[in-house]
Amino acid sequence: MAERRGRILIGAGTCGLAAGAGAVWAAAERALTDLGLPDTPVIGVGCIGYCQEEPLLDVELDGQRFTYRRVKPDQVKRIIEKHLAGGQPVTELLLGECVDAPNPYPTLPFYAPQNRVATRNCGFIDPTSLSDYEARGGYMALRNALAKPPHDIVEAVKASGLRGRGGAGFPTGRKWELAAKSPGPHKFLICNADEGDPGAFMDRSILEGDPHAVIEGMVIGAYAIGADEGYIYCRAEYPLALERLRDAIEQARQKGYLGNNILGTAHSFHLHLKEGAGAFVCGEETALMASIEGRRGMPRPRPPYPAQAGLFALPSNINNVETLAAIAPIIRNGADWYAAMGTAGSKGTKVFALTGQVNRTGLAEVPMGISIREIVYDIGGGIPNDRELKAVQIGGPSGGCLPASLLDLPVDYESLQREGAIMGSGGMVVVDETTCMVDFARFFMAFCARESCGKCTPCREGTTRMLEILTRICDGNGTMADLDRLERLAGNVKITSLCGLGQSAPNPVLSSLKHFRHEFEAHIRDRRCPAGVCKNLISYRIEADKCTGCVLCARNCPVEAITGEKRKAHVIDPEICIKCGACFDVCKFDAVIRG
Amino acid sequence: MSVLMRKRTGPIGAPDSCCADLVPVKVAQLNDFLTQHAGKSAMVIPALQHAQALFGYVPPEAMQMIAEALRTPYARVYGVATFYAQFRLQPAGRRTVRVCMGTACHVRGAGSVLSAWSEALGVKPGGTTADGEITLEQVSCLGACGLAPTVMVDSTTHGRLTPGKVKQVVSSLRKA
Ligand SMILES: Cc1cc2nc3c(=O)[nH]c(=O)nc-3n(C[C@H](O)[C@H](O)[C@H](O)COP(=O)(O)O)c2cc1C
Ligand code: FES
Repeated sequence: MAERRGRILIGAGTCGLAAGAGAVWAAAERALTDLGLPDTPVIGVGCIGYCQEEPLLDVELDGQRFTYRRVKPDQVKRIIEKHLAGGQPVTELLLGECVDAPNPYPTLPFYAPQNRVATRNCGFIDPTSLSDYEARGGYMALRNALAKPPHDIVEAVKASGLRGRGGAGFPTGRKWELAAKSPGPHKFLICNADEGDPGAFMDRSILEGDPHAVIEGMVIGAYAIGADEGYIYCRAEYPLALERLRDAIEQARQKGYLGNNILGTAHSFHLHLKEGAGAFVCGEETALMASIEGRRGMPRPRPPYPAQAGLFALPSNINNVETLAAIAPIIRNGADWYAAMGTAGSKGTKVFALTGQVNRTGLAEVPMGISIREIVYDIGGGIPNDRELKAVQIGGPSGGCLPASLLDLPVDYESLQREGAIMGSGGMVVVDETTCMVDFARFFMAFCARESCGKCTPCREGTTRMLEILTRICDGNGTMADLDRLERLAGNVKITSLCGLGQSAPNPVLSSLKHFRHEFEAHIRDRRCPAGVCKNLISYRIEADKCTGCVLCARNCPVEAITGEKRKAHVIDPEICIKCGACFDVCKFDAVIRG
Repeated sequence: MSVLMRKRTGPIGAPDSCCADLVPVKVAQLNDFLTQHAGKSAMVIPALQHAQALFGYVPPEAMQMIAEALRTPYARVYGVATFYAQFRLQPAGRRTVRVCMGTACHVRGAGSVLSAWSEALGVKPGGTTADGEITLEQVSCLGACGLAPTVMVDSTTHGRLTPGKVKQVVSSLRKA
């Protein structure tokens, strides 16, 4: 067999591994040995964003790269034999050709509107290799930046229009300017890699797939504001990201990108990695700093702002992972290039995590201002099983639920805020008619009540009381007066809480009340849960005409509530039924009725 | 190990059993770690993480060692340990199953997946199997939301779970 110059690339981020990339990887190594190609490199790359199609395996041959989708270990040998060794792609397993561009698969609907800036290298480099990062222009921006006065860097970031991707959307350049002006010989630059918003995973993807992008952004930022020490605060739930960061920091140090006199200049920057310990509130900047200081992660009132007195009471600047990953491209390509993307108030690109009841899940980096419809339908391919889209939840526990009627809303900071959602970290969870909006609001409130640090009363007590009301409504014991109470309480918690957690915890409730009030009213007035989710408000029965007596339901019932003879209609005993819905799910004849 | 001898009377959370139960090698390893960071109160969280990695949980004796070595009041160490979800003050199973109950998983059936785990292992969320092998926990997001619903078994994440797949994973766990 003639040896060809090729490589195998495997998407081996946490998501790829969760989909089974580990077994695919092992199969690839075995196949290469079997086929007498043991010297062919097999490289684990970061996530290219297309979760739905994982595990992904790419064959790179003579400069061309082809991606195989949903690869099963037993298909690997055939792919390698035919394609890598024989030069013939296995077309029926192919996702498409992958090109090294801001849009790696321009012809796929999932990628068509994409423009990858912060995620530019994810899926293209071996994240454990500094030279791979350098080969794609890595640390060039740092060299450029160090040749200019720090003030120029601040101005460039200001002109780019970049706003913080951690949630609040504060202009990054302005933040750097304030930190730069803050006097002091010793300042900190902190990277917020806590990513606590459930449903968002772009930061993890960047940290795992391109850790140096974040480090380079940090060293440039540190130079701009005059910081000599930094921290990356990464959540403990991301073991792979932590490992990648640990290695990358060490590599950067050895190569002189970190430490004293970086690249022979007077700029010194020492970077530490801190592992979080499982508290959502630690994503809030003052809580995060308390946590680095070894204390309970509780927020404190601002002012003083971190720029004046932050970590260890010294001037500090804190930025999100995605924000920092956009810095090097801005310095290299210029502020105008970045500012040319997006809308008047929201420049550049944003990574959205598209999840939930949508055909194609994954990470999509798109220019700001694209509509929700484009993201859900063009990129995401719409809703599975011919169901109706009910809502898109944007911004996580701090965000809001937007109804189908707002699908044409552009995603930018202002538009989302206006409709009661927020950009947040960019989590976009699509839900269909099977999700009960009252239960969903309760879900978020339970999250906020659990994660409330307990320091301020409005958040600690308010979230608990709102949770009680929502639970009451879900249980069928709500009153119309509860809705007023809920709204009033939500308004009070919003304006009186100490930090963003409490201030935004009412958002999911308020937006649901605004757009889905009829569902709340159905629970209260009609004692009915239209989505068929709230157990107290539903019951199951079998329609005798439709039942064929196949006994499937009876066999699946965990409490033996279903009786009947074979080939005769069955009945459910409501006294025994626990309303788990197992019968409803398994019935092939739509004979089980939920009402 | 001298620190262990000077046992304080009744710090909150201290059980009657003492350091005698802790493996001395691990106690020494914790001591090594603490010596490197002596007096640095900012190291409380990494020290607790280190202790938990060694013992599988944070025993009160470890909190005492941390308090003394980092010159931090015991109350603060305890306060930190009880604040963060990561720290366990009770021994847990040898292996941990963390079922994601985050938003993306929630809307894709995490509830029935959690019930399936509960049923297959015979424990409620938060509990440990009778043989002391496996602890079942809930988490808020594992960052593999595109493959919801997900679970993390020790440090391996599995995605696209169904109640049926849970049974498979459990039987492979039982064999391991
Ligand atoms: C409850 C709460 C949780 C937060 N979680 C995160 C987070 O996980 N990651 C993040 O970058 N910012 C988070 N933030 C926002 C930070 O406080 C801060 O604004 C951000 O890190 C600043 O970086 P940026 O300007 O680059 O966005 C959170 C804020 C609040 C109130
Ligand atoms: S919500 Fe389950 S992995 Fe993110």
